[in-house]
Amino acid sequence: MIIFTDATVAAGKVTILDQVSVAFAAGPPTVLIGPNGAGKTTMLRAAMGLVKLNSGAISCLSSARRAIVFQRPVMLRRSAAANIDYALARGEARTQRIEELLNLVGLAGFGDRPARRLSGGEQQRLALARALARDPAILFLDEPSASLDPASTKAIEDIIRAVSARGVKVVLSTHDLGQAKRLAGDVVLLHRGRVIEHAPASEFFAEPKTDQALRFMAGELLV
Amino acid sequence: MTGDTSALQLVLTGDPGLYAIVWLSLLVSLSAVACAAVIGVPLGALIALTRFPGREAIIVVLNALMGLPPVVAGLAIYLLLSRSGPLGSWGLLFTPAAMIIAQTVLVTPIIAALTRQTVEDLWLEYRDELAALDVGPIGRIATLIWDARFSLVTALLAGFGRAAAEVGAIMVVGGNINNFTRTMTTSIALETSKGDLPLAIGLGIILIMIIVMINALAWTARRAGERYAG
Ligand SMILES: Nc1ncnc2c1ncn2[C@@H]1O[C@H](COP(=O)(O)OP(=O)(O)O)[C@@H](O)[C@H]1O
Ligand SMILES: [Mg+2]
Repeated sequence: MIIFTDATVAAGKVTILDQVSVAFAAGPPTVLIGPNGAGKTTMLRAAMGLVKLNSGAISCLSSARRAIVFQRPVMLRRSAAANIDYALARGEARTQRIEELLNLVGLAGFGDRPARRLSGGEQQRLALARALARDPAILFLDEPSASLDPASTKAIEDIIRAVSARGVKVVLSTHDLGQAKRLAGDVVLLHRGRVIEHAPASEFFAEPKTDQALRFMAGELLV
Repeated sequence: MTGDTSALQLVLTGDPGLYAIVWLSLLVSLSAVACAAVIGVPLGALIALTRFPGREAIIVVLNALMGLPPVVAGLAIYLLLSRSGPLGSWGLLFTPAAMIIAQTVLVTPIIAALTRQTVEDLWLEYRDELAALDVGPIGRIATLIWDARFSLVTALLAGFGRAAAEVGAIMVVGGNINNFTRTMTTSIALETSKGDLPLAIGLGIILIMIIVMINALAWTARRAGERYAG
């Protein structure tokens, strides 16, 4: 659904994405893993069209609507319901859709609360609901549970599974291998802006082909 | 209004002359703030969100205009509205309308400059989300103004403070005509020059009380609003 062809992103002299070629195909979630600074965030932002490429190309089915939840989502200074409402297309049955989405992310009854007063985990789920309000075909999630406790992490992962089961293509980044194992249909290992390995999850975890993947999974620090 | 009664007495006895002065002062300053808000808020937001050559220069000029001397603003409006001026045929010189125009000129840069700063700060926070949500330029400006509305109250208050406190501009374009263009600040200037210090002081106290009251009201409204919207 999205194809990177030699996509390169640089800031000054630093190359952040280095000739990345990869395809995100319809199906179960694609998980980007890699240490901090590997380029996961940049890759998701580029796929979303928020980053200019220095060279290469990213192609996306024009009909495929994209949405993203940033690692630190910013809530508008409005109620939780108004944050979802903001992302809805004109003329939808708004009240009903808002209720549905709040229910989906386990925030039923939170609609009238000021969004910025919600806890970290609640804001993350609200951000998910807001992204889903755009009815995306592809949903990008940047470290969706990076700063959350296990219960909130489980809640988020359950929502991701539900959304994926409805046919939405999920692409998420994480540096949590456990999360990758729990969610991934296929895995992309990034390191220093390069795709080191891209394989179906079962294959990737059972018999990684590269030395970096082996070391990453052994818990070694990739530097 | 006579010089031998104190302002306090005038308030207590409900002196119609005094009320007319207070009423006109509020009418002129609040109208000027309203006009300046209609111009300055969108202007400030527009400057915050756009990048064009000369933008920095405009911001510097805008900031400098916050300190525009009221008498100079008054003089400029005087020249525009005077009989031989380009807008002389409107016949506005020495009317409350001229005073509102002059104060609008004084207040607009303050509101525009403070709005620019507020909206730009919020823009840094919101830009990725708004880009990801595919919000167009008009929608961005509307969203940022709406979400910054409680901070923008401070800009409006600063503008009101400037308008309510100034005497130079409205004196020049209003002429301090009794029962027509006389305001609290122009009366204070007049009574002081006539030597009626108690009346001048009394009016000064009333003016300060009104400014404090309006600030308190705005503050309360801002607090209540913020509690609701987060
Ligand atoms: N706008 C930028 N300017 C300079 N360097 C950047 C910029 N954005 C990201 N980087 C750098 O690019 C690298 C990859 O960043 P990022 O995509 O955030 O990685 P990850 O999400 O995997 O931690 C990091 O070293 C980061 O410092
Ligand atoms: Mg990141």
